[in-house]
Amino acid sequence: MPKFPFRLNTQTVVLLTVIALWIFLGFKSPTFLGKENIQNIMVQMAIQGVIGVGAVVIILTGGIDLSVGSMVGFTNIVFALMLAKHGVSLSVAVPAVLLISAAIGLINGALVHDLRLPPFIATLGMMTILRGVTLVISNGSNVFGLPRSLSEMANSNFQGIPYLFLILIVVVVVVESILRRTSFGRYTYALGSNREAARLSGVDTRMVTYGVYMLGGLLGGIAGVMETSRLWMGVPTTGSMFELDAIAAAVLGGASLAGAEGNAIGAFIGALLMTTIYNGAVLLGIDSNNTKVLVGVILLVTVAIDQVRKRRAGE
Amino acid sequence: MTGIHKAYPGVRALYNASLSVREGEIKALMGENGAGKSTLMKLLTGAEQPTSGTIEIDGRSFKYMTPALSEQLGVACVYQNMMLAEQLTVAENIWLGRLPGRFGILDPRRLRRDTERVLQDIGYSGVIDPGQRVADLTASQQGMVAIVRAISRNARIVVFDEPTAMLADREVEELFKVIRMLRERRLAIVYISHRLEEIFRICNTYAVLKDGESVAEGPLEGMTEDRLIALMVGREVTGSNYDATRVPGAELLRAEGLTNERLRDCSLTLREGEIVGLYGLVGAGRTELARALFGCDPLRSGTVSLRGRAERLRNPRQAIDRHMGLVPEDRRRQGLAMLLSVKHNLNLPVYRRQSLFGLVRGRSEREMADRYIRDMAIKTPSPDQRVRNLSGGNQQKVVLGKWLATESKVFLLDEPTNGVDVGARQEIYALINRLAQRKAGILFISSYMPELMDVCDRILVMNRGRIVANVPRTEFDEEALLGYAIRTEATASTES
Repeated sequence: MPKFPFRLNTQTVVLLTVIALWIFLGFKSPTFLGKENIQNIMVQMAIQGVIGVGAVVIILTGGIDLSVGSMVGFTNIVFALMLAKHGVSLSVAVPAVLLISAAIGLINGALVHDLRLPPFIATLGMMTILRGVTLVISNGSNVFGLPRSLSEMANSNFQGIPYLFLILIVVVVVVESILRRTSFGRYTYALGSNREAARLSGVDTRMVTYGVYMLGGLLGGIAGVMETSRLWMGVPTTGSMFELDAIAAAVLGGASLAGAEGNAIGAFIGALLMTTIYNGAVLLGIDSNNTKVLVGVILLVTVAIDQVRKRRAGE
Repeated sequence: MTGIHKAYPGVRALYNASLSVREGEIKALMGENGAGKSTLMKLLTGAEQPTSGTIEIDGRSFKYMTPALSEQLGVACVYQNMMLAEQLTVAENIWLGRLPGRFGILDPRRLRRDTERVLQDIGYSGVIDPGQRVADLTASQQGMVAIVRAISRNARIVVFDEPTAMLADREVEELFKVIRMLRERRLAIVYISHRLEEIFRICNTYAVLKDGESVAEGPLEGMTEDRLIALMVGREVTGSNYDATRVPGAELLRAEGLTNERLRDCSLTLREGEIVGLYGLVGAGRTELARALFGCDPLRSGTVSLRGRAERLRNPRQAIDRHMGLVPEDRRRQGLAMLLSVKHNLNLPVYRRQSLFGLVRGRSEREMADRYIRDMAIKTPSPDQRVRNLSGGNQQKVVLGKWLATESKVFLLDEPTNGVDVGARQEIYALINRLAQRKAGILFISSYMPELMDVCDRILVMNRGRIVANVPRTEFDEEALLGYAIRTEATASTES
């Protein structure tokens, strides 16, 4: 095997693309590199980044979570109802909502591991159920009357860095550390590469499966809380199609849907790329429908290039 | 094929390799894993193109093959893993790509008739039903379907790539019958196998590849096994791998009356420093016995005790915690996480020593990997290399290394030398002996009797879910062992 001085991995390639885009947009639009716009990008990518990280963890085991968008909507409404209609304080409501979302993730894990449902089907069912429940408990209408302090969280900064973005950074660092540095992390990759070999090596496949889906659910819950803070109300339809953005961020960041390839930092970079494109397109005055086409094309091209590159490398 | 060169980026797979086969000839293509046998055959079937060299078929000369051209010229290949569409029927598999019909509408009657005709051709009509799903067939029947598919395409050159790897002895006989019949029909046959005695039985000529180069080619008459092995590895391999200095010690494992869907009242014991062979046909229940001992499959009745203590092992984790290790028969599907690194695989059962969310200590992980890579002479450029990029023998060493890392005492080895080349095979025997020297007990499952007779202290024989014989080394006899394995009425003693 020849040793190249350094080998470009997927994450680096995508990061270079992002940098190229930033340089290009910096020249094209005078406001792009302004403080305000960069803060904008940070806020815009925060929620997608968090659920993208959740998507990566599950995709690493060879699974998928389609229910995360509905999870964002569900936790948004539950959280809003708790605060506005039942007078629950923030310090109780936040942990309660996160607990509920992790529990729903656990149900996903049980459906996948114990009932042997294909993850696609299990979480498709959960996606529909959660959206339905969300619409029922909210009567299909928005929930108002949330405390002002909640909305301040979304709009304030720490040393110029938006709080929502800080949450994303914490999530990326914590999950990346779990993946890299704990046995749970090693097992997650092992499960995605070969479930039977992992089982015969003494890996508790049930606990790991529960764990990744719980983590995915929990991150969906965190994203739901962030979304509530951003919207400052409960909107029963919010979060629809988020699951696809999350998967796109994961895949752009180098995750393989076959499992065992990808990491949390990749999802961060993937989310950054997508947000940059959406943001830049607005600044350049490109019609938003066209932007969608563009994002889709970029997703396909990136993954295709990556596949070709891997084949060249003899993998 | 003459003067064939094939280079991959950074790797020289073939260098001045050549191979010729005539009508009615069965040529053994031999060489260690990684010697270039499979690559050479890929060039012949057009799966890949040579960097330089010529391929000549029926006097017509080609620079390279394509899959379509190769098939048109009558080249067919029967692989070790059969490459069949398991959910489709026998008939559909045979005619896949040229199903009879008009305007895309199938003609089921003609499909059935044509299939019956080709099955009859090799004496398999009545044995295999054209309408059966391939997934429901036995391994040898699937092999027959692959062969029928090849000859139904008017193949003139048939390549058999390790066709017996998944077959039991009796099934091998059936396969050989068909291969001989193909030879009588003046087909040219290339036969790739690691099993030397098979080669002497079925082939008339041989060709040896070593490190991508052709080193010898000629008639098998007058050749000896030792000389062939020497040509392949470039050194003489010693005859016996039996270590007579071992003295079996205290009892490690005792199983009594193990029974489940696939096992009938199986009892056995295993001592410290003892190597016990487990022989039997494919499907006799050997793998199932190992899995039951390891806690993978539930038992209906029976007891397992380790060092005299009764245990109920409900899952592999409990077995591992009691210092057992299983090397499964299919290392790709069950033994290794192919996408992950050597280090990661070696440490996989070791992570259990710490809590799920405890931090993995990178240094001890690395040291563990380095230690067993050195200890077992695993050939890998780095501990971070993906296991997928190692050769079969080195992959198998990684599987074994996992259980060394957990300091296992009881090793259940299910076909540990399957798909492993001669040199690495010797290393695995040496390793088994070393483990036994260190007071481990080894249950060595194999379909390949010569290796069991070579290294084991005694051999248990399974037949239809029962252990039907327990033969000590002094009474090893190939015919007798085979008899126990294939006879319908088990008469031998089951005491062990």
